[in-house]
Amino acid sequence: MDTSLTDKQIQHLYWRTGFGISAPELQKAREFSKKEIVNNLFSESRQKTKLLLDFGALLKDPRDLSREERKELRKLRNQKLLELNIVWLKQLTETKQVLREKMTLFFHNHFAVRLKSPRAALHLNNIIRKHALENFGDMLMEVSKSPAMLLFLNNRQNRKNNPNENFAREVMELFTLGRDNGYTEEDIKEAARAFTGWNFNKSGSFVFRQKHHDFGSKTILGKTGNFKGEDVIKILLEQKQTAKYITEKIYQYFVNEKIKPTHLKELTDTFYSSNYNLEILMKKIFMSNWFYESHHIGIKIKSPIELIIGLSKPFCIKYKDPKVLIYLQRKMNQTLFLPPNVAGWPGGKSWIDNSTLMLRLKLASVTLNDGVIEWHDIDNMEATTMMRQKFYEKIKSQMQRRVKATPNWENYLVSLNNKKKEELIDFILQPKLSYGAKTVTNTLDSKNTKNFIIELMSLPEYQLC
Amino acid sequence: MDRRDFLRQSVFASGMALVPSFLKGMEFLTPEQLSGYKNLIIIQLSGGNDGLNSIIPISNDIYHRLRPTISKKATETLKITDDLAFNNNLKELRELYDLGEVSIINNVGYPNPNRSHFRSTDIWQTASDTNQYLSSGWVGRYLDANCQHPYQAIEVDNSLSLSMKGKKLNGIAVSDPNQLHRTTREPFFNSLANNTKEEMLNEDNQGYLYKTMLETHSSASYIYNTSKIYKTNVEYPQSSFARNLKTIADFIISGLKTRVYYSSLGGFDSHVNQLNSQDRLLNTYSEAIGSLVKDLKKNDRFKDTLILTFSEFGRRVKQNGSHGTDHGAANNVIAIGGSLKKTGVYNELPNLSNLDTNGDLKYTVDFRSIYATVLNNWLEVNDRQVLGNYFKKLSFV
Repeated sequence: MDTSLTDKQIQHLYWRTGFGISAPELQKAREFSKKEIVNNLFSESRQKTKLLLDFGALLKDPRDLSREERKELRKLRNQKLLELNIVWLKQLTETKQVLREKMTLFFHNHFAVRLKSPRAALHLNNIIRKHALENFGDMLMEVSKSPAMLLFLNNRQNRKNNPNENFAREVMELFTLGRDNGYTEEDIKEAARAFTGWNFNKSGSFVFRQKHHDFGSKTILGKTGNFKGEDVIKILLEQKQTAKYITEKIYQYFVNEKIKPTHLKELTDTFYSSNYNLEILMKKIFMSNWFYESHHIGIKIKSPIELIIGLSKPFCIKYKDPKVLIYLQRKMNQTLFLPPNVAGWPGGKSWIDNSTLMLRLKLASVTLNDGVIEWHDIDNMEATTMMRQKFYEKIKSQMQRRVKATPNWENYLVSLNNKKKEELIDFILQPKLSYGAKTVTNTLDSKNTKNFIIELMSLPEYQLC
Repeated sequence: MDRRDFLRQSVFASGMALVPSFLKGMEFLTPEQLSGYKNLIIIQLSGGNDGLNSIIPISNDIYHRLRPTISKKATETLKITDDLAFNNNLKELRELYDLGEVSIINNVGYPNPNRSHFRSTDIWQTASDTNQYLSSGWVGRYLDANCQHPYQAIEVDNSLSLSMKGKKLNGIAVSDPNQLHRTTREPFFNSLANNTKEEMLNEDNQGYLYKTMLETHSSASYIYNTSKIYKTNVEYPQSSFARNLKTIADFIISGLKTRVYYSSLGGFDSHVNQLNSQDRLLNTYSEAIGSLVKDLKKNDRFKDTLILTFSEFGRRVKQNGSHGTDHGAANNVIAIGGSLKKTGVYNELPNLSNLDTNGDLKYTVDFRSIYATVLNNWLEVNDRQVLGNYFKKLSFV
């Protein structure tokens, strides 16, 4: 049966699989059935556009350099890490392969690696992108063997008779089975032995160092053999718990923090029997009827990246100094390539505290109107208007110095200019309005569309998708 | 005018009818209630402070041998005992030490130490085991279990550390009470807050956003109005760290019902040429602490204050190839206060001849023992409820 979706449901799909949908795109999408829209999302993401960055002098071998040059190199490395952040943010904003990038963002948080080396970080990012809609098992294997992971979780230091259990522990606790889900400390110890000898060479290619490997017999999750690292990963993928754990995380990220067991079971079965095919899993979610039920819509707190891109994208915002984007990420506690630790950003309510919330509520006015939420209620008194203008001027002069963002309002307002108040509210805000928001928006004057849009985007409701 | 005079003149001497309007309906402490209202100031030296060059085992040959270019000579230090000396930039600390207002706790750390700044900071802030990932901080969990308002734990900074985030309540981050107040008082937000009824909010994410907004709105006004009561005239140094401590002093002396304050001083990651950089930072730290204590003493609040200074880890005993030190493990924690039970050098000095395989100091005091002590003995709450486990208590407070 082929069904059609309401505007709200189309927006829901686009928020969860990407960063929202523009008014003209929405108009177009209305013409298609659910199946066509979903299929289109996948076919647009068929291609894989690697993230690219010119590393320049970073490619030199530090051993060939003088002390001064090495110092310069360290500086360059930090600078490139920032550039990498901006380059990805740009790709996330401008890509046609929206779903693939969103999946990459999801797995960026699953394989959360925090490194000083921008080369290793970019390499890992491209591995994830390559497999993002393909096979999770392949992704896990390639990620585990990447310099980024070998560095970050110390598998390079993991040697026969002198094991380092860091990777063995996290691969079970965070990447496959989930914490306390059917493995023991003994399994970790034994797995660490199997991972000995994993390393990479100067050019960043994986190497297996025989003399560091423990060739003895190991027992892991009930199986015994002279296992190597690859065998451990295979054993972990054989556990249905791994499929369940990954599906749980995907469900919580793309659908709802609160898991419905019947949905989870169905999805886990599909994912496991497809041998961890991510496209099949994701398609099943977006083709289901329950994904579009109203209790899943407008309930997720946007991550800082979703918030920033959700705003920048439809307005094609140009930042005079792109470093502002790093500043905003940092202030809202999500800087790409710098997750807090190997467990990633916890997300959800943890994005919100008093300082991040005030910045998030101000973000639309800061990027679209020099920090000013021009508040005009219907019965405005002249005296208060004057006071407000003064107040706004002060904010404006502070913000202009700082953020220097140029939005393209004309682009945004195409097909929005003649909309009624309710239509604008429906288009900009995913959840139903709270009592307070209803009261306030009732008093607002929507004749000035620009101001009204900024006001809507300054409501807590705009923080949800 | 100090706080007492101000309050006497404005409120109590003249009767409640003459209470200035900005104090009406505000919960703040009268001078009578204020005395005995204990508070805790936590200071994080971010980046991993080299404890061995802060409080120095001056007579230890191993110290001098392993640090040929960065060890301190006895003449460059402030003597504590024959074996121990302060870095000579910790002048104010030494003065407090001589007055019996400092307790130095050596060898503080945790099992299987992690040497990453971020991870070890998380461990200290969440009070977790080394392999445990918690999303709430220990001060946050203190708030959850014992407090009603976010402003009962304040971080004087632009953003809120993990330590201040609970499962139900978060502390408040404020660097400039005026600015926080101004932002929340924008006409738009004001109107939104005034039109929102707390009892109508749901438990869901939308309700949570509104709840946080309302709390910020009311905390901002509480902090802004209450902290107007006292503005110090004690002179503080020019550093931003000192400015933050001054803000804390204003809050404490004004009678904010805040139990825990948090602030940090960064830059201690001294891999290269550490002598200059660390000395400068210790000087910044010590001068600011000196002013803070002077201010609190002047207003009779020092006896109710405990200042705890820690760093996410100490540094390697042996210096590295660039006149600096690499990330280490156990470190000292400094407790400063007007009501310490045990002052001086609290426990045994670091053992430089028994290092771990990395060449780092081994811990003998779990940092969570210090938290447990402070929670139980100082803030007088159930420490197990906050820390999840039992940790042996110490006797410095």
